[in-house]
Amino acid sequence: MADGIKDKVAIIGMGCTKFGERWDKSAEDLMVDAFVECLEDAGIEKKDIQAAWQGNQITEINIGHCPVPLSTTLKLPFIPVTRVENQCASGSEAFRAACYAVASGSVDIALALGVEKIKDLGYGGLPSSGETMVWGAEYRLITPGWANANPGMFAQMAQKYFERYNISYDEGKKLLAKISVKSHHNGALNPKAHLHREITVDDVLNAPMVTYPLGLLDCCGVSDGSAAAIVCRADMAKNFRKDPIYVKALQVSGESGIDWMHQSYDYTHIETTRRAAIAAYKEAGIKNPREEISMMEVHDCFSITEMVTYEDLMISPVGKAGEDIDSGFYNLDGKLPCQSDGGLKCFGHPIGASGLRMLYEVYKQLQGKAGPRQVKNPRLGLTHNVGGQPTRNCCFVSVIGI
Amino acid sequence: MTSVGITSYGYHLPWYRLSRKTISAALGALGKGGGAGDKAVAGYDEDSMSMAVNACIDCLKNTDKKIDGVIFATTTAPYRERESAGIIATALDLGSGLRTADFADSLKSGTSAINFACDAVTAAGKGTYLVCGADCRLGSPGSADEMTVGDGAAAVTIGNDNVVASFEGSFSLSYDFPDYRRLDKDRFLRSVEERFVREEGYPKIIPQAVKGFLKKYDMEPKDFAKIAFSCPNAREHGTIATRIGFQPAQVAPALASLTGDLGAASPLVNLVMVLEDAKPGDNILVVSHGNGAEVLYFKVTENIDKVSNRGRFQKSLNNTQKLATYEKYLAFRGLLALPIFDDIEGITELPLVWRSRKEIYALHGTKCKVCGTPQYPPQRICVQCQAVDQMDDYAFADKKASLFSFTIDYASPNINPPLVYGYIDFEGGGRFVFELTDFDPGSIKTGMPVEMSFRRKYRDEIRGIVGYYWKAVPKRD
Repeated sequence: MADGIKDKVAIIGMGCTKFGERWDKSAEDLMVDAFVECLEDAGIEKKDIQAAWQGNQITEINIGHCPVPLSTTLKLPFIPVTRVENQCASGSEAFRAACYAVASGSVDIALALGVEKIKDLGYGGLPSSGETMVWGAEYRLITPGWANANPGMFAQMAQKYFERYNISYDEGKKLLAKISVKSHHNGALNPKAHLHREITVDDVLNAPMVTYPLGLLDCCGVSDGSAAAIVCRADMAKNFRKDPIYVKALQVSGESGIDWMHQSYDYTHIETTRRAAIAAYKEAGIKNPREEISMMEVHDCFSITEMVTYEDLMISPVGKAGEDIDSGFYNLDGKLPCQSDGGLKCFGHPIGASGLRMLYEVYKQLQGKAGPRQVKNPRLGLTHNVGGQPTRNCCFVSVIGI
Repeated sequence: MTSVGITSYGYHLPWYRLSRKTISAALGALGKGGGAGDKAVAGYDEDSMSMAVNACIDCLKNTDKKIDGVIFATTTAPYRERESAGIIATALDLGSGLRTADFADSLKSGTSAINFACDAVTAAGKGTYLVCGADCRLGSPGSADEMTVGDGAAAVTIGNDNVVASFEGSFSLSYDFPDYRRLDKDRFLRSVEERFVREEGYPKIIPQAVKGFLKKYDMEPKDFAKIAFSCPNAREHGTIATRIGFQPAQVAPALASLTGDLGAASPLVNLVMVLEDAKPGDNILVVSHGNGAEVLYFKVTENIDKVSNRGRFQKSLNNTQKLATYEKYLAFRGLLALPIFDDIEGITELPLVWRSRKEIYALHGTKCKVCGTPQYPPQRICVQCQAVDQMDDYAFADKKASLFSFTIDYASPNINPPLVYGYIDFEGGGRFVFELTDFDPGSIKTGMPVEMSFRRKYRDEIRGIVGYYWKAVPKRD
């Protein structure tokens, strides 16, 4: 009987570039920047790394499909390298693979690196699925437009959420706005974040409509960036640093098709989040996530995604996330700070790097190194990373702690 | 022997209209011909093929869909080589054991197709042919042709069972009259000088055909309840009516005024328009022109009263949406170089399209034999009960449907923004995400009934591929 990953693997080093419109940097530059910080933080030498994983999605247009750019750019010494892709959760997948390799006993120290260089492609948002073939040739012929319809596919979740819980359009928009206002506040405290501007609820309400009912400030930034982690066997972690962070749970849930094509789906939650969370809490031994989790980084690609995630992670009661939003429960000074680094909303969303960026923030917070946005005495942090759309996705949930 | 004739009919007129005044206002003196009224304009996602399919769907409603042949009449087939009728038959899920043919290149191809279909059924003593006509001709900006042509489609089935209008005779004239022409490379109509056409062309040839018909069958104008003839110009339509000796009450209104000249679809649309108002026993004439002229003679039977939902044609003439600007029309027709589409075309994998033709063209999914759950796209493993390879083919296009959720997407590129899409729930089960089209943006609500409509999804000029798929349209009947 599998007993899970808890306390078998530790993070001993992490690095993360500034996210943003990095016209000055190539994908390779970003990889080097994240790696150098990560290696220094771990206090090891490159030759100590025994295997490496690269997570990226759209950057394959820039650097190709395979993992060789990772090994040649970082000059890794003929070790196993693998590229993984799970859309927006690609960075988390790289991390999971590295942890599994260590936990399996096949290597002692492994590297996970996520990178995305999106802005060179020349789009305001993500490029069309026609170009990237995200869902394949057949899906492209039978789905709306040529667009990468992510904003619209998440927008429908807001529409159905309002409808199901009898929330008026104006009330609903205000609740969502508070999520973005909170993340902008946190992002303004984070020098590595893409967006540094505090905003008001009115700013959000007055922003141009992108995909009804979501406006521009309900959507996360689209950014370039890279993040990396070095993990090792838990029993050797303190040889490298006094404050390693331990992996408590790593879970992924992939959509079974039911929410994609069956009328039973309510479109007011993301089932894979719930499934991955249940498994992660079990693996980490968490009984009451609302009380036990100190802080979290969730996949706030859109404000509504963050709102339903509060419920899908079983932290806010179903249909009642609004109450926790109103009470400031998830604010930086709240009971369970969420997106202390600004989240995808403000830190930005370089697709393949985001999962590792979330871990980077939790790692720094758990070590007490988060500067002006430091959460008080965190012990257990959660990351939640969705690859795909509400009706068609893989969802990753991790728990790490001291 | 039972009579042969029309057993059902249907049509598709685009939702959009362009006022001729809008053209004149945009182009000044160039927008000559001026004139009043609107022309019917195919949506940005429509062409002759997609309109024909929708006309056929309308025609085949409440029929057994047992069709022995499909004939498509048009001068604007999407492909120079690749049969349109075959694509239409696939979209309609008529099976592969049938004849298909395109009748092309002449405005009279619509009546030719009916003539040949009637002859085929008569000769065989059985069978049902689906004849559809559609056109989407393009006059160059500012030309008189741009003012006169409109877009539309109609379809009839020809058979000998439950005939609503029996085929009683025809008369054909063939002349190589050069009023319109196009070479392979020509995007726009080329037409000869108008005065030449007025004096030597259809205003002379149509009366000659009608008179020839009357002489052949020894009949007089008073023997007919209605005559409908196509003609590009409304004024000439009146002149011709006088010349052939029919009283104004006998003459169906000119499509030129209602929708613009619908090209090869004109005689079929005329036929539908006349049948919508016809009474049992009425004798009707439908006349085409184009490289000659053809007269078709039908006698309306008692069965006409059994046709359900009659009178829609008149309603759909009024249920339209006017394009606000000439630029919108140019964008619809691909005459504005919109930058947004330069880099978003992907490769169409034609073997995939062939393998998935029922899924893509006919909107077929599967229905699980074990638990009865319909699912789209087609699945081998049941999404509900996990049974493997227990699926029946299942058609979604004709199912009642409603809008479960939607978004109005201002960010995604679309020729007619915003792009609106959402999940459609089909009665009996099954859900999938579709684009909406032909909608009034303010009227979209979750739960609203929608119908599936066959549309052109893309036109890949680089690789010479036209893609079709289904969209949801607000139900208007």
